[in-house]
Amino acid sequence: MAAKDTLGRQGEFLAARFLEANGYRVIERNWRCSQGEIDVVAERGGETVFVEVKTRSSVAFGHPFEAITVSKLARLRRLAAAWCEQQATAPRRIRIDAIAVVAPHDEPAVIEHLQGVF
Amino acid sequence: MTVGRTLSIALLGLSGAVVEIEADIANGLPAFVLIGLPDTALAEARDRVRAAAANSGCPLTGRKLTINLSPAALPKHGSGFDLAIAMASLAAAGDVSRDSVASVIHLGELGLDGRLRPVAGVLPAVLAASRAGLTRIMVPAGNADEASLVPGMTVIPVVSLRDAAIWHGGEYDPIPVEAIELPMQEDQEDDGLDLADIVGNEEAIEAMLVAASGGHHMFLLGPPGAGKTMLAARLPGILPDLDGAAALEATSLRSLSGRPVGAALVRRPPLEAPHHTATAAAMVGGGSSYIRPGAAARASHGILFLDEAPEFASSVLDVLRQPLESGLISIHRANAVAHFPGRFQLVMAANPCPCGQYGAADSECTCTPIVRRRYLARVSGPLRDRIDIQLWLRRITTAQLRLANDDQRLTSAGARARVVSARAAAAERLRLTPWSLNGQVPGAWLRSPKRALGRATTASLDRALERGGLTMRGYDRVLRLAWTVADIDGAAHPTAEHIGKALYLRRGMTP
Repeated sequence: MAAKDTLGRQGEFLAARFLEANGYRVIERNWRCSQGEIDVVAERGGETVFVEVKTRSSVAFGHPFEAITVSKLARLRRLAAAWCEQQATAPRRIRIDAIAVVAPHDEPAVIEHLQGVF
Repeated sequence: MTVGRTLSIALLGLSGAVVEIEADIANGLPAFVLIGLPDTALAEARDRVRAAAANSGCPLTGRKLTINLSPAALPKHGSGFDLAIAMASLAAAGDVSRDSVASVIHLGELGLDGRLRPVAGVLPAVLAASRAGLTRIMVPAGNADEASLVPGMTVIPVVSLRDAAIWHGGEYDPIPVEAIELPMQEDQEDDGLDLADIVGNEEAIEAMLVAASGGHHMFLLGPPGAGKTMLAARLPGILPDLDGAAALEATSLRSLSGRPVGAALVRRPPLEAPHHTATAAAMVGGGSSYIRPGAAARASHGILFLDEAPEFASSVLDVLRQPLESGLISIHRANAVAHFPGRFQLVMAANPCPCGQYGAADSECTCTPIVRRRYLARVSGPLRDRIDIQLWLRRITTAQLRLANDDQRLTSAGARARVVSARAAAAERLRLTPWSLNGQVPGAWLRSPKRALGRATTASLDRALERGGLTMRGYDRVLRLAWTVADIDGAAHPTAEHIGKALYLRRGMTP
């Protein structure tokens, strides 16, 4: 596994833990279909949340949020619809969030959570 | 979250409107949204501001930044809003003092390295700010001299975005950088042309004196080599220096057309000599989103010289009729109307016919009468009607060249002194009227009982009118010229001799 993939895995793990600490219930992680992958699907207060997690070891090449482009969000929106179709009962309300994890090698990671970014 | 605001100026023609710039930082993915009718150069401010801020060491927020330029319906153009956008953004993020930023007007374009570049039109923008009752303005260091020309304004020159942020209370250490200056201004004094260069042609010099003293428009007609261009080029040299308001307007127009303005106002009357291929837009001004002043506007308070006037498209010549009448140029576009001053003195020069030899003593004209008539008819009647002095120039002969006495020749400085005293006399007489030059006075006022001249004085003029050699409009023009001739001579009233001279200046169109 390449270093960047390890970092991504670690970021997604940190993000899921962060969500759970904030009262979310993680339903799914790395859910895949033919169109792509959703990093985290979580639920809180009747609202289903689809989360794009972006991890970087430093901000030297820009903040992780800057790497979330319009086309990436549009794909996440389509993936969310695909996920909903596969469920027995479609969720009533959905939301798309972004989580940035800045995880330097020798320091504790910094996690930022943006709600409703689409 | 938080909103940062500041002020800037949007120019339309020579008048400016105060624009409020608001920056809002919202919780969202990083984005930079610019709204409020920006043009392409202004929309590109997004990338300039972001790079300049990062390279100055005071980066913009990593959140969603929305910039609004209000009033949103007013079209805005150019790169002069960069500094205001950057300062509003930093104020929204709390990096600089919000109150300080909100109380200052910002003008200036940012380079990617964070240094400020001088922009065009700073003088009219500062004037607009002053008229709106604002007193503090931050400009690029390269524009500081120009901005200081407006009295009562506190000008804050800054070299870079970082300096600007420090001035507004940002906690950064100053980094000295080299200021970006405008190219040096070309010398506006003394173009090396002097009236003394002209040999013979005393009548033409006399006519120039009259034109300069009374602000009369002039049409010079004559064969090639008669010295038409030579004479016209020396007319600005004998005009007096511009006074306060006129100098401010002339300097504003210079600034607006992107030419450098130094630490002093333009005092010498400008000369604009557009080529005869000029379009109507080049003549009065134009452009679709950003309306630029044309040659006639830039010649305001100076000379607009049209060499080979019949070669201009007649539609181009006719656009001059409205400014000649009102002294104002209005340019209408779908989204805006721009006004420029148009108080220029028109000087046209032309050959009498396409071959140019008609009326010359030493050569034969090869044009047929109809060709000759059509040639000059390209300068339309209504336009020619507005020109007081219509002078026929002849080529100088060997005899005249020998006779010409070098000692007695009038220099530009000497001529200017006479023009100044003649203008002073006219201004004194016209003190209680809206006019200041004889060329602006309507005929009815000159013929009113208080001003009317005795019948004995105007006998030759009345006879010309009776015979049909002069129209009533022409009659009034001759009267105006006669008053100017009298002013030059220092006479209280025009005499019969002055009327005779005026008639000559008016009816010189026939060889």
